[in-house]
Amino acid sequence: MNNGPKAGNARDIVVENVSKRKLKVLLRLGKYMYRFRFGYLAALLLSIGSNLFALIGPKLSGFAIDAIGDGLTVGTVDFDTVIFYCVLMLIFYILSSVMQYILQSVMIRLSRGIVKLMREDIFKKLMRMKAEYFDKTQTGDIISRISYDIDTLNATLSTDLVQIASSIVTVIGSLVMMISISPRLCLIFAVTVPLSILTSTKMANRFRPLFRARSGKLGELNGYAEELLSGQRTVRAYNREETMIERFREKNKIAADAYFKTDYYGTMVGPTINFINNLSLTLVSVFGSLLYLRGAISIGNISTFVLYSRKFSGPINETANIINELQSAAAAAERVFRLLDEEEESADLENAVKFGFADGGMAVQGQVELRDVSFGYEKDREILHHIQMHVKPGMTAAIVGPTGAGKTTIINLLMRFYDPDSGTVSLDGHDIRGAVRASLRRSYTMVLQDTWLFSGTIADNIAYGSPRKDISRAEIEEAAKAAGIHSFIKSLPHGYDTVLTDEGVSISKGQKQLLTIARAMISNAPVLILDEATSNVDSMTEMRIQRAMQKLMEGRTSFVIAHRLSTVRRADVIFVLVDGCVMEHGSHEELIDKKGFYYSLHNSQFEG
Amino acid sequence: MTIGFSIKFVGTIMDLFIPMLLSFIIDDVVPTGNMGKIFAFGGIMVLCCIIAIVGNIAANRMAARVARDTTERLRNDLFRRISYLSARQLDEFTIPSLESRLTSDTYNIHQMVGMVQRMGVRAPLLLIGGIAITFTLEPVLTLVLAALLPFIGYFVYTISKKGIPLYKKQQEATDGMTRVVRENAQGIRIIKALNKESSEEVRFDGANQELNQCEQRAALTMALTNPLMNLCLNFGLVAVIFVGALRVNSGITGTGTIIAFMSYFTIILNAMMSVTRIFVMASKGVASANRIGEVLDTPTDMTAEEKYAAKSTPSPTPKIEFRDVSFSYNGVVNNIDNVSFKLMPGQTLGIIGPTGSGKTTLISLMMRQYDVTEGEILLDGRDVRGLGRDEISKKFGAAFQNDFLFADTIRANIDFGRGLSDDAIAKAVEHAQAAPFIAEKGLEHELAIKGANLSGGQRQRVILSRALAGMPEILVLDDSSSALDYATDAKLRLAIREHYLGRTTSVIVAQRVSSIRHADLILVIEEGQITGRGTHEELLLTCPLYKEIAESQMGGALLE
Repeated sequence: MNNGPKAGNARDIVVENVSKRKLKVLLRLGKYMYRFRFGYLAALLLSIGSNLFALIGPKLSGFAIDAIGDGLTVGTVDFDTVIFYCVLMLIFYILSSVMQYILQSVMIRLSRGIVKLMREDIFKKLMRMKAEYFDKTQTGDIISRISYDIDTLNATLSTDLVQIASSIVTVIGSLVMMISISPRLCLIFAVTVPLSILTSTKMANRFRPLFRARSGKLGELNGYAEELLSGQRTVRAYNREETMIERFREKNKIAADAYFKTDYYGTMVGPTINFINNLSLTLVSVFGSLLYLRGAISIGNISTFVLYSRKFSGPINETANIINELQSAAAAAERVFRLLDEEEESADLENAVKFGFADGGMAVQGQVELRDVSFGYEKDREILHHIQMHVKPGMTAAIVGPTGAGKTTIINLLMRFYDPDSGTVSLDGHDIRGAVRASLRRSYTMVLQDTWLFSGTIADNIAYGSPRKDISRAEIEEAAKAAGIHSFIKSLPHGYDTVLTDEGVSISKGQKQLLTIARAMISNAPVLILDEATSNVDSMTEMRIQRAMQKLMEGRTSFVIAHRLSTVRRADVIFVLVDGCVMEHGSHEELIDKKGFYYSLHNSQFEG
Repeated sequence: MTIGFSIKFVGTIMDLFIPMLLSFIIDDVVPTGNMGKIFAFGGIMVLCCIIAIVGNIAANRMAARVARDTTERLRNDLFRRISYLSARQLDEFTIPSLESRLTSDTYNIHQMVGMVQRMGVRAPLLLIGGIAITFTLEPVLTLVLAALLPFIGYFVYTISKKGIPLYKKQQEATDGMTRVVRENAQGIRIIKALNKESSEEVRFDGANQELNQCEQRAALTMALTNPLMNLCLNFGLVAVIFVGALRVNSGITGTGTIIAFMSYFTIILNAMMSVTRIFVMASKGVASANRIGEVLDTPTDMTAEEKYAAKSTPSPTPKIEFRDVSFSYNGVVNNIDNVSFKLMPGQTLGIIGPTGSGKTTLISLMMRQYDVTEGEILLDGRDVRGLGRDEISKKFGAAFQNDFLFADTIRANIDFGRGLSDDAIAKAVEHAQAAPFIAEKGLEHELAIKGANLSGGQRQRVILSRALAGMPEILVLDDSSSALDYATDAKLRLAIREHYLGRTTSVIVAQRVSSIRHADLILVIEEGQITGRGTHEELLLTCPLYKEIAESQMGGALLE
């Protein structure tokens, strides 16, 4: 079961080569950005504008300095010109700053938009995914993708992209300015620029896998933290805190080291690019001086040239940092996309049958049939073998058998969480694979042993059971009364508006189960599934709600999985499931008379 | 760290030297027309470049190492503190919030520590150094520049002061989103069964929207810093040129100086930008640090308290004794009301009662997951409040309702880091009736997350094995056989009676009368109170509720 993500990694590495995958990630990111193309266009224009204004600054300052003159003779400064250029500079700088802020806010909104969209996409994807994905994937890892990875992406989308855009403008702009001053000095950059580009791309390629490891390990750490936090109570009961801390420490070390590795190499980029810049500055000053000696350039021009070359190298330097961030963004994007590429529940067929009268489909009678169904969660381990079951509308069918016999698996097939490997499952005679999945599930309501409630009010949690949105408080209370939990709810300080905290601490497991029963009561589905629905409820309470349950089952096709045979004996038909086969079936009396497996199961209840 | 800072210092100084050399070449060397000298100084510049790159890389690596170590230690400390939070404290923080503190907040700290080190030396150094050098070049012009600093300081201060609470909100919104995702991952089957995918999407959209707005607000506020800084410094630049012009005019300064000045100015500007970035990062980091601090600063509660340490040893000493115990989760309604009982060593206690009557709460109190509101609980004659955490848990082996299994081998889940012998594990597996299916899968079988690749009954038997394997003084089974079929349950009870009776004191919470009918003492709990006590036979006579429960479960058999 744990071969999910790991096997995925290995497969990816083998099948896809690095550059192809890089391209794919970029393309998909591009698709997201394309949806905001007008925003990006505006941002690009703004960034060009703001940078052009900023670029004009040094040029103007050059003019101003030239107007100051060489300063060799006192009182020769042309103040009118100096003031003129100073005022111009002020205007341009103000404009530049204003545009810079507008640009940033545009970019922030853009990246927010994309990030929000991505989170939505991830969540929608989670909703469409096969339920088994959640059995195989640590919740913490999913959370890591939707928070850390997306945040990393966001940092790139909001700040780095502007930086890159403005860098490009600045670089090109400065270059043009520098060429206009002295094309010969610019030749220096013919050496240093390719050197920078070469170094940074070469480094970038080397870092890629490191960044991927960093994102992955962090995800693993999160998954682990989630797992340990969930098991806190048990850990405390056994005083195993130190063991868990030790395990966490190991995982933490791995994650921290993976991070350090990217930093270790990442730190080379900045200083290296800086080195190349300093080198070019050295060359500029040496050759500039030589040119000056030949009278090919003025001092003012050298100054301006140096200013531009600083401007020129500034962004390149910044780009070096950005390369690191881009790498981590790419790794993060990959993880996000990999989640988005996980297998979904198969799409409904085009001419799929739609169940449910209210939705314009056909009314459901509730005839359920499993014909020669075989199934296994893993390929080589079949759990159900040639199951035959036929339940007529309105009948109550019980499934009994030892633990691990495959009872819950049958429910998984009925609800189409999985498709059988062979054979068919049908509702009202229609193969459910040919039905609209949502309409099929709406035809069922189920109460599981696993009492899941979300953090919200009690009323919300009960109303959750109905497809309708306009559930009245009276209906909710009625369901709660039927489930025998009304008086308990009333005894709470906030009654139906009590907010259930995350783990539902103040509410016992049994009470939670009664709430889930109330949730089922409010639903109007024609088929009912009770999978150990009362296992957390004591038999007194069970008896109290028995009548309500009976009422719930009335007129509905019901499947009941229970250990307590008292719950089962009223069923119209009982299927005894042993090792994935229906060993015997019939009514309680028939099976008792038969003196088979059911009979011995029934008797064992009273032994000991 | 000091070494790192010094190396960084040297590297940064080199970056400052280079423009100084440049100015020297242009102003002093060029006029002499000495080509050799120009090349010589060019050579020195190259040397500086090399020292800069080597120094900076080394320093950055050290910074990265420090950041790693800091984060690693912080995370370990945080996890340790979380591990030792009491149940009540855990309820207050909530798991999603703790989870995001452990991950996303520590990550923010990592970013901050790394950034502050990388930029924290370099940027202020470039800033101060740049200003210092310009000061030697031209004191008056530098003053013009320096006049800007208070404004800049004010802006940075105001903005980051606004930023910190915004980032705090953002982290809280992250908690909210984490909560929704977590719940969905856990309840996916129910959600799918109820066709609630779209309403969950709406719920998620709410959390997403909230987070998005918080992020946007924080980002927009912090985005002010850069343009403002730029504006300030560029204003300064213009002022420098103007004042420079005045001074050149009066022959106090040379044009070359102004040129060099401007070059430094660019350095100062860039350093200033870095400083603002530090502030942005720091605001985020501080917000996260506060959240982490909140957890770390939570006082340890439920420690062994001196005043309860006194030993009262009536003989014979009961293993477990409750004296007038009352307890309330929320301080409003008593969940446990005036409960008293004694259990002698080797005896078995059965607890039965309706759903929500307080059975599990009794267990929690006994194991000191919570402290009593009134009364006292004694283990071996000693108040549990006077016992350390490890002392208490050493006594117990517990299997709860829906207990926790982690993704590891079956053996590791049973051993649970206690270093038990193979023999002890094998025996426990045998007694917990887990042997048949474990024989098939093997002890080294890897469990999926939360044991998802086992059936409900198999999970319960692994959990039971865990409880039995430690040969505990007190065995607690809190409704831990509900997923077992009757035959297996009966065998389990038999095994426990055979192998643990007399040696182990057992506390069994059950819904089936058959699970507890042989107990030495059975308590019937209703709404937190004991409404019946005695043996099975006694209760059948004295307690109508017990009789009713027993008959509802066994009555069928009596009739047949």
